[in-house]
Amino acid sequence: MKVVALSGSIVGSKTRTAMDYTMASIEKQYSEIETTLIDLKDYDIQFSDGRHYLDYPSDTKYVTQTIMEADAIIIGTPIFQASIPATLKNIFDLLPVDAFRDKVVGMLATAGSAKHYLILEQQLKSILGYMKAQIVQSYVFIEEIDFDQKQIVNDDVLARIDRLVEDTIILSETYQQIKQSKEDQYDF
Amino acid sequence: MEQYRIDPSKGLEFGLYTLGDHLPDPHSGERISAQTRLNEIIELSQLAEQAGLDFFSVGESHQEYFTTQAHSVVLSAIAQATEKIKIASSSTIISTLDPVRAFEDFATVDLISNGRTEIVAGRASRIGNFELLGYPLRDYEELYEEKFELLNLINQQEEVTWQGKHRAPLNQARVIPRPKHGSLPIWRAVGGSPSSAVKAGFAGVPMFMAHLGGPASVFKRTVDAYRDAAKQAGHNPDELPVATAGFFYAAESSQQALQDLYPHINEGMKKTNGQGFPKQNFAQGADPQNVMNIGSPQQIIEKILYQHELYGHQRYIAQMDFGGMPFDKLKRNIDLIGSEILPAIRKYTKQ
Repeated sequence: MKVVALSGSIVGSKTRTAMDYTMASIEKQYSEIETTLIDLKDYDIQFSDGRHYLDYPSDTKYVTQTIMEADAIIIGTPIFQASIPATLKNIFDLLPVDAFRDKVVGMLATAGSAKHYLILEQQLKSILGYMKAQIVQSYVFIEEIDFDQKQIVNDDVLARIDRLVEDTIILSETYQQIKQSKEDQYDF
Repeated sequence: MEQYRIDPSKGLEFGLYTLGDHLPDPHSGERISAQTRLNEIIELSQLAEQAGLDFFSVGESHQEYFTTQAHSVVLSAIAQATEKIKIASSSTIISTLDPVRAFEDFATVDLISNGRTEIVAGRASRIGNFELLGYPLRDYEELYEEKFELLNLINQQEEVTWQGKHRAPLNQARVIPRPKHGSLPIWRAVGGSPSSAVKAGFAGVPMFMAHLGGPASVFKRTVDAYRDAAKQAGHNPDELPVATAGFFYAAESSQQALQDLYPHINEGMKKTNGQGFPKQNFAQGADPQNVMNIGSPQQIIEKILYQHELYGHQRYIAQMDFGGMPFDKLKRNIDLIGSEILPAIRKYTKQ
């Protein structure tokens, strides 16, 4: 199984901090799984101009292709202006409409205010659903107060990330099994 | 229809098209050489002619895993190798070609073929040709519309005076040689969405509609949109032919057809497109109301007749060689088309 942890912003450090812990949590709980961290801050990605994702050059192609080849994805995002950042939306715009077919997607958000709690529910989930993702329904919501010196200082947040990782992997494994047994019935 | 060399009294035309893909056989992982693939495409056109098919066309794609980039050159060889069958591109990517040069090529192929040549002009779903041939992708739509219009103008009149944005102006330019019958049938390639079909309708040009899969009724909307737009723009839809193009595979049973075809489509699409073809959707392809013509010869006959009832189209074009399909399987399919499918289709659709 291939898992991609996607840190969806080029601003700030909280989401990356949470994704670093997410990566550590996957490695701790599932050492056999192949994981890749993509922090959009590390790549020079162009805006979507409508072409097929394999037709983009360099970083844009690497990032989209890596996401397309994943079995499960954990998306980390800050909340800007009561929405996901443009950098993350651009990733969705770069991909085909059914990009997340047969993929399980888990989510976590970092935010400056508890007022943003429902943003993932109302905005990110609808995008992922449109793109045919199998969504892990519970997501992790992390507030400013849970961070200090680029570390997560709230044990409850760490426990919630551990559970998000577990839910994502279990759901992905289960989904693959269901899909396999269904495909075996087709006899072609 | 006469202008487009179509005689409805003979019934629905049946043809083959290849995108010119050059992919490994998924069972062996081996890929034949580009030379062998090209020779097999030429041989396939001969077999299609011998089996009584009406039409054979070759696509232009500048992506990896394709081999008929110079599709007009391939068509020239086919013109020489065949005698009766109509030949065409599917599609010529006119956006990144010079319409004058493209017309010269196809008019020449038309003369070599003794008046059997047509052009299907498209915009490309993938954009490798833009970078390779030096055109900016931001002009994707404009390049196509302008060049398609110029191609049609050159087709209609031998002497052209024209000015546009993406090509040097033409001042009383004579574009020769002229095709055997003065002009060529030129079709607009449509990917299946109504918005592109509407443009073909407004322009009053024939529509060549490709469809991947799904219920046949979905594509009826596109055909309706095309004819409505043509009517609105003052053209007579009864005079404008429609062709449909999609996956085809005949075997003893639908189960056998799905088994034979699926690995080629799935692995081929993974290589060319990044994503495979979902099994669930492919299984639905065997459904009588699905637009993919996969199944036993009898099932395929029923499907094509059902589609003909829906669309009232003049030509159906089958794609069966995608994804490294071995040549003996293609031969077997042509045999089934010639001996079972074609006679039935003609019998029930001729007027």
